[in-house]
Amino acid sequence: MSENQWIWRCDRMIPSDTGIGREVMEEVLDQLQSHHWMEHDVFSVRLAMEEALVNAITHGNRLDTSKRIRICCDIAPEVIRIEITDEGEGFDPFSVPDPTSPEGRIRVGGRGVMLMKHFMSRVEYNDSGNTVVMEKEQAKE
Amino acid sequence: MLGYRRLDLNEVGDVVVVRFLDQKIIEDVNIQELGQELFRLVEVDNCRKILLNFSEVDFLSSAALGKLITMDKKAKKHGSVLKLSNIRPEIYEVFAITKLNRLFDINDDEADALATF
Repeated sequence: MSENQWIWRCDRMIPSDTGIGREVMEEVLDQLQSHHWMEHDVFSVRLAMEEALVNAITHGNRLDTSKRIRICCDIAPEVIRIEITDEGEGFDPFSVPDPTSPEGRIRVGGRGVMLMKHFMSRVEYNDSGNTVVMEKEQAKE
Repeated sequence: MLGYRRLDLNEVGDVVVVRFLDQKIIEDVNIQELGQELFRLVEVDNCRKILLNFSEVDFLSSAALGKLITMDKKAKKHGSVLKLSNIRPEIYEVFAITKLNRLFDINDDEADALATF
């Protein structure tokens, strides 16, 4: 996508604090709503971004407040791109157990990555697993 | 029943109907408190029939799902019956994609759920 297609962009470094992360998320969602994105797509982005932020802060940075999260967001009329990077050692996203198996279903956690992949159009991790890039294409009416 | 800050409780016959005071069940502290209050219904107040009405909830995170799963385990252990109702379509999609719709007894609305206790 060429640079001049983006109508809103942000690039923030925040401490490992879910409250601060959600403030950035609400700013992003406000932008989607002001550009008349459909409710289901806004819900999808909220859910995926919430899961990605909690994963980065809780699992990536292990709630270490001295470690930071980088949140980059680009919005074009039909697509949003979100990149979240933590300062942890990373993980293998393919090693997450299936949360829909009979054993997985009764586990308290482990659904975040699956939900991100279902609700976003594209989810990719870098090789070390400490950066996730997600895109959501706006649904056609 | 006194002392509930995250839940609104109403007794309909012998069923305790629970509504959530948070529209978005996201904040970690709120989820912890919510979990404690749900578990208290079963473990302290000995409620035998519980209906969770989600009509006021427009978002919940996977951490909140974890509390519901624990609630379900505790209810089964104590012989209580737990049902859910009034889940908006986007949130139902979360239950369906994670196959939690097979774990929980989910009903369209409160009246339907009450009729099946």
